[in-house]
Amino acid sequence: MSRLRILGRRLAGAGRFLRRDKKAMVGSIILFILVVVAIFPSWFARDNPAAEIYKPGAGLSWSHVLGTTSFGQDVYSQLIYGARQSVFIALIVGAFCTVVSVAVGVTAAYSGGLVDDTLSLFTDVILVIPTFPLIIVITAYAKGASFWLIVAVLVFTGWSYGARQLRVQALSLRNRDYLLAAKARGEASWYVITVELIPPMTSLIVANFLSAALYAVLASAALQFIGLGNINTESWGTMLYWAQNNEALQTGLPLWALAPGVAIALLGSALALLNYAFDEVSNPALRPVSQKKMRKRMKKLEVVG
Amino acid sequence: MRFLVRRLGFLLIALWAALTLNFFIPRLMPGNPAESMMATFRGHVNPAALKALEVAFGVGGHQSLVSSYFQYLGNTLRGNLGISTSYFPLSVTSVIMKALPWSLGLVGLSTVIGFIIGTAVGAVAAWRRGGKLDSILPPTFIVISAFPYFWVGLLAIWLFAVTLKWFPILGGYSETATEQWSWPFVGDVLTHAVLPAFTIVITSIGGWILTMRNNMITVVAEDYVKMARAKGLKNQRILWQYAGRNAMLPSLTGFAMSLGFVISGAILVEYVFNYPGLGFLLLQAVQTEDYPLMQSLFLLITVAVLLAIFVSDIVTAVLDPRTRVRT
Repeated sequence: MSRLRILGRRLAGAGRFLRRDKKAMVGSIILFILVVVAIFPSWFARDNPAAEIYKPGAGLSWSHVLGTTSFGQDVYSQLIYGARQSVFIALIVGAFCTVVSVAVGVTAAYSGGLVDDTLSLFTDVILVIPTFPLIIVITAYAKGASFWLIVAVLVFTGWSYGARQLRVQALSLRNRDYLLAAKARGEASWYVITVELIPPMTSLIVANFLSAALYAVLASAALQFIGLGNINTESWGTMLYWAQNNEALQTGLPLWALAPGVAIALLGSALALLNYAFDEVSNPALRPVSQKKMRKRMKKLEVVG
Repeated sequence: MRFLVRRLGFLLIALWAALTLNFFIPRLMPGNPAESMMATFRGHVNPAALKALEVAFGVGGHQSLVSSYFQYLGNTLRGNLGISTSYFPLSVTSVIMKALPWSLGLVGLSTVIGFIIGTAVGAVAAWRRGGKLDSILPPTFIVISAFPYFWVGLLAIWLFAVTLKWFPILGGYSETATEQWSWPFVGDVLTHAVLPAFTIVITSIGGWILTMRNNMITVVAEDYVKMARAKGLKNQRILWQYAGRNAMLPSLTGFAMSLGFVISGAILVEYVFNYPGLGFLLLQAVQTEDYPLMQSLFLLITVAVLLAIFVSDIVTAVLDPRTRVRT
């Protein structure tokens, strides 16, 4: 079979999976929309998000769908332009974490022995140190952490859980016959790892990417909320920071504080829904069962019995 | 026994790693930020305390890295955490001691409540597989788990404190109240704790529900559960005494692991509610650039989590012989 046809079949499989699984469907639609907004914010909002030119603290109106801030900025426009940081941080941190997790987890499982012991110990130590206080301490010294510093810190603290999971799965695959056969054929280690060992782990790797991305969204929003990010850029967390510091809730501007939270939650739920769907792919026991089907199955069993 | 030694060894290594991180982070940052903090100190503090701070933050440069590293380790192990700059002249230890009970009460109580309710609901959801509870709960809590902790707190403030005025907005107790053991004060503290505790429970409960549900699904399919049914035992008894007990084991291990996660959330919840606990103190220390206080809090939180993990490992080993054999 040619590579192209394999790819085609994979894509068709992914399409079927999306159509059958409502959670995955909803998740991927939301994610797609948010990615488009993040790349082309000017398609969706005409106001400059930073411009303090409108009536401060205005309520809902056609020209300001979500009202204005107490500085006179358009809330809707800030929301649209703020998508970029959260979406990019999610995807970039997710990707880097996945690469590190796969590298460490698979190397540990494949090598075994002392290498495995050392890498596992390292993974476990990073895993048990409470991440958020650590992130706070690191960014506190930086005074207004830049985008890439946040990415670096989140990757450093976010890869360990995935590495541990991937190591366990790689260990269970390591002594399968097809892998032993590849080794017996005299294939190089890199070939065995990249072509034989990693592909069967795809669904777990994707699930890891999604949970790392979710972690990045929530942690970066929290950091920006407490003012440890760059407070002069547009992002959902920064919006919350300014809203909190100007007592938006107490001064009758609840949308200023509530809207960015809903946006973060939307991105987060999209990732979480997809993640859950992938969990069900790799562990069929967790799939939802309908009461009807259960009854039918029971009846069949009774007839047979 | 071997198991115990291994876990103890891991505890010590993790502690050492946390101490080392704590030592090197300020040194790795460009233009050591502790420098300006030290400048305000000179002349106000006795020379011995100043020396300890210089060793901890790598300012002054009179000493080699190695010797200050060991001196720092010694100071920390002896419980000498230095002096707080924002609460000067109080020591870091006394500032922390004042905030500790608030956090222990709030986080401890709401974590236990979340764990108990979540585990019970998860068990029932899995028991009635495909029922109403089972089809509504998982997706609902997937969505809730994606909400930022602190934002749920903001929502709670807006809904219950600002709009409905049921609970106070901020603080651990009313400003007019005096701190003493009396019924009115205890009541005051409790009303102030309701919203923060509610926020922590709501955001952490989903994890317990899903973990328990997923464990329970596997356990319910086991032969001994079928056996219990065949014996004609009551459903309630099978659910809690047979399946539930075993399904809870992974949750119990997860309890300590997720403690770090809960604490991260609690830091933000305390910040949103101005609750006078360790998390609020930590962010205050960040804002006032009180680095000795900040680093000690990081260390304290880490030690607490590591100890909790160690204890839960031991408890799991006592409850589940299989873990003792495997590792």
